[in-house]
This record gives sequence, C-alpha cells and structure tokens, in this order.
Amino acid sequence: MKYLYYPGCSLEGTALEYNSSTRAFMQELGAELIELEDWTCCGASAAEATSHLLSLALPALVLAKAENMDGVKEILVPCSACYLNLKKVEEKIRKDTELLDKINIILAEEKLNLRGQLRVRHLLDVVANDVGSKKIFARVKKAFTDLIIAPYYGCQCLRPYSIFDDPEEPRSMEGVIKAAGAKIHHWNMGGRCCGASHMTTKPEVALELVAAILKAARGADAIVTVCPMCQMNLEAYQKKISGMCKEDLSMPILYLPQFLGLALGLSEQDLRLDMNLSITKAFRNKLLS
Amino acid sequence: MNRLEKLESEQESETAPAPVIDSLASIRDMISTCIQCGTCTGSCPSAFAMDLTPRQLWYNVLRGEKETIFHSKTFSLCSVCYYCTLRCPRGLPLTEAMSALKQIAAKENLAPYKKSTRFYKSFMESVYRHGRVREMELMTLYFISMKNPFLPLQFAPLGMKLMGKGKISFEIPSKGNGALKAIFRKVEELEKKTQRKT
Repeated sequence: MKYLYYPGCSLEGTALEYNSSTRAFMQELGAELIELEDWTCCGASAAEATSHLLSLALPALVLAKAENMDGVKEILVPCSACYLNLKKVEEKIRKDTELLDKINIILAEEKLNLRGQLRVRHLLDVVANDVGSKKIFARVKKAFTDLIIAPYYGCQCLRPYSIFDDPEEPRSMEGVIKAAGAKIHHWNMGGRCCGASHMTTKPEVALELVAAILKAARGADAIVTVCPMCQMNLEAYQKKISGMCKEDLSMPILYLPQFLGLALGLSEQDLRLDMNLSITKAFRNKLLS
Repeated sequence: MNRLEKLESEQESETAPAPVIDSLASIRDMISTCIQCGTCTGSCPSAFAMDLTPRQLWYNVLRGEKETIFHSKTFSLCSVCYYCTLRCPRGLPLTEAMSALKQIAAKENLAPYKKSTRFYKSFMESVYRHGRVREMELMTLYFISMKNPFLPLQFAPLGMKLMGKGKISFEIPSKGNGALKAIFRKVEELEKKTQRKT
C-alpha cells in the first residue's frame, strides 16, 4: 500500500492529532505515505463562497503538482473538505474538456498541466477497503469489547460523490470498528451536517446541528469521526450545548485512526490523545486500562 | 493599496446594485427545470433558521427577484452538506447554485452578508499570503476586518483551550511569500473576461 499524502491545512494546525494518528496507524499497517512536496491549500469552503474558478483552480494545482511525483497514482486525503475539493476536480475534468482547458490556462502560470491521472482516496475509503476489517482484526492487541461507538461520517466524504459508501445511510466504518472489538451505536445521524464553518459565523445554527447529533449519540461511549471540522465542532462546544439543552451531553470524540490505533497497541503519544479536548478521565481509563 | 487595506476599505452596498451583467441569469439556467417539489427544503438541516426556505429561494431565482434574494438569510446559511443535491428529483446542482449566490454576495460586498463574506475573504487572504491558511492569522484578519472589539472575546474561551493544547499558537499576520499570487491573478483576469463577454 503506497499513497501520496495530502494532509491539508487543518492537519498541521488544530487537527494535528489526526495527522499524527493517520501516519502512525498507516505505518503500523505497513503502508507508505509520501507527503506532497510544497502542497498548497485546497480552498476549503472559503474559495467556493467567493470564486467558482478559484475553488477549482486551487485543488487542481494540488493535483497537478502531485501528478509530477513519480509512480504513485493514488492520493490519500484524511480531511473531508480537502477530499471533496480534490475529488470534485477529478470528477469534473473527466467529463468537461472545456473546463480542463480553462484550468490548464491558469496552471500554466506555474508551468503546470493537469492530466487527470490521479485517483483521490478519502482515509476512510482506504481504511475500510484497502486495509479492511480482516487485517485489523488480525493485529488487534487490545479489543474494546466494553465500548459502544457511534460512527460519525459528516457530509463531504459521502456526498455528492458516493464512491465508497451510501450517502444517506453510511456503514463503511462499522466493519473496522467491530474488528477492534467494539459495538456499534446504531443511529441515523452518521451523515448529518455538523454545521461546518457556520460554527464561527453563524453559531446559533451550528450549535443546534451539533446538539442534535450529541443528543442522538447518548448511550454511546464515544463518537468516532473522519473529518477535522466535524471533530472540532463536536468536541469544542459541549459545555455550551449542554447548558443550552439543560442536560449533560458531554461525549468523547476520537478520530478513527486514534481509536483503531489504540486497538492495535499504539501508544497514546503516537496517537496524540493529549490533543483531544473531549476525553474525560473515565473514558481515558476505559481506553488505556 | 495592499490587499489587506483593500479588504478593510471595501465599500458595502445596501442592496444588490444593477450589475453590469445579469449575474442571476446563469444561476437561473442552472435550476431552470425546478418543479418546486420542496424536497430540498425537506432535506435541508439549516432550513429551520432560514427566512425563505430553499424551495422559496429557487422560486425567487426563477422569477429574477434580486431584491428578495439578496435580503434573505437563506443562501448564507447553506453549509454545503449536499443533501438537496443528492435528493433533487430533477438532478439539479442546488448546492452549487447556493455557492453561486454566495459568490455574488462576496463580489458585490452586500452588507447583510458582511460576517460570512469577511470570514471567507480573510481565509483566502491568508491562503494568498502563505499558500496555506494559518488558522490564527485567519481569525486575526477576520477580527480586524469586522472592526468589532467584542468579537474576539466570543472566541477567547475556545482560543485559550486550543492554545493550552498546543493546537494553535499566537501568530502575527505577516506578508508571506505570495506563493499563489500568479494563480489568484490569473483567476481574477479570467473572471473579468467572462463578465465582460456575457
């Protein structure tokens, strides 16, 4: 398993633990990740809200640079927003040669040319399909048999390109979570929106969306996520939301590679558990006992 | 004027001014076969907070009701979750149409959307300067552009928590290396060309 690796801006900042745990987990499974040289921002949700052409040019630039790296034809992306932006370009240029020409006029400014040779893979796609539950099961050192996990997928890795999972009722995390010994908290909020960047500009809306998710997760021991925006939204405002709803909705929020990594016996230092904001003492004891 | 000064001094328009081209026309084309079934409204997680529902918004787009559209909260509340796009029985690119409305609001600096527009533009400014967004710089630029001394206080508790964990560190906004200057410039040039043609 060899992939180009595009961490994206969040994984170097507020989602550092997602970066560390993804690398540690993939390395443990024998995969090789080659980080893109001099990678630049995919545009996140801000480019799309200001300029259509820029929202395509920025991810196209990433892919064009990646194509110049030898041999590897798949690019692993842990962040769902980055994933969707890159995937959008991959899909659109396949059908729209006029668009590809326009993009290449822009990329020519950097002496680059996009050919559309790369396949963009979300981390969850790789974990569920390339790694798979059998490989994980075989390597489990600590089975979390007393844990109930609520798998939270968020929007952007599921829609509008439903490549590795169902866009309405996602299930792709279940196999690997069960392989780690845990039970699944069955709910229908796995693919519901967390509010994304509205948490900054329209918190009154985003807090409601997160409240609905946290309420539906009651009964689970933790929520496991695959997107840095979702993870932050779910874990950083729990006190406020508990106050709003007049009940304790605190819930540990882990990244999938952190959870799976622990099951494989990786250390909490490798997985940067110290960086999560929502891990209670009680849950920590359950994880590390 | 450097780009930050430009960001700060941009004039706001109260209503959608008569644009050089009918920027709404291309969005109308995107959704021209809308049958007003309301599936989008039923699917939207943020509809509860909207004044016009998504369905009503599309109705107004079809009728070219610029005033109504650009005084409503609707498109700025879209969190790009793609449920509507997924479920639309006509297969319309609804999420993309919402983003197109956001782009008009940003380009024309419409006052009702100041908060969102300044956030997105601060984000893009940080990307322009450094090639990647620096989260602390983004927030600093955002606070500066909003000119509200109380705004940073709203984020102080979270900021302290994140700093305590070493997830962000205090950064002074810097000029950066303008790594993406050429790309940004070319995009602007091509966009101006498209506007003049239509």
